[in-house]
Amino acid sequence: MADVMVSVPAQARRGEIIEIKALVRHPMENGFRHTQTGERIPRNIITNFVCRYDGVEIFRATLHPSITANPMLVFSTVATASGRIEFSWTGDNGFVVTQAASLRVI
Amino acid sequence: MNSFDRRRDFLKTAGLAAGGAALVLPALASPEDMRAALTKITGGADVRRGRVKLQLPPLVENGNSVEFSVTVDSPMTETDYVKAIHVFTEKNPQPYVINAYLGPRAGRARITSRTRLADTQTVHAVAELSNGTFWTDSVSVVVTLSACIGDLI
Repeated sequence: MADVMVSVPAQARRGEIIEIKALVRHPMENGFRHTQTGERIPRNIITNFVCRYDGVEIFRATLHPSITANPMLVFSTVATASGRIEFSWTGDNGFVVTQAASLRVI
Repeated sequence: MNSFDRRRDFLKTAGLAAGGAALVLPALASPEDMRAALTKITGGADVRRGRVKLQLPPLVENGNSVEFSVTVDSPMTETDYVKAIHVFTEKNPQPYVINAYLGPRAGRARITSRTRLADTQTVHAVAELSNGTFWTDSVSVVVTLSACIGDLI
């Protein structure tokens, strides 16, 4: 259902700082808008994002209604060892999406 | 009633409907709300200007998507690193934008994301360092098309 795009370099040198981009398709309906007939459109946003590197949390963010639709996050980490980088988004109405990428450290 | 009058009546009703919709729009947050939100994060600690660089375009045509990045001057070592980066707005319906939590494993203290901006206003970034100090930077942004509340669907 949800489209996810993550960008992690396929390989990196040990100790190198790598940039990670994570994007997910989501309307981030902020709960402040109304339909033409005046009904309030209920809030439906992603509230939390977590990134884990080999099971250890390296980045976490709390998102608020101000964040745009299809939220994008760019952050970094130090390439320590080859492993899995896992992403997870959770939000209103039981929204849960996970994605993983693998990084080879040389 | 001739067709011309009917058209005028319709226009009047449409105008009223639009006015009614405007009345139910929520009030924007104020700079005071933002300061209250900031105090919640800092617990009243001093927030000093410097070490933080908030990058945001000074003139925004479409407030629906404004890319920003926050860079903090920090060595990002085990003993001296940035714990969190918070972004606030003065005039969106709510003052919060994002709370990002990082640590020494980030390597460098920099985050990028996109925000909505409801009005011409000042955006603030606050960094919380591992030694318990808070640093800030702010940017004034002129927004020509506002986001969040103006658009009816």
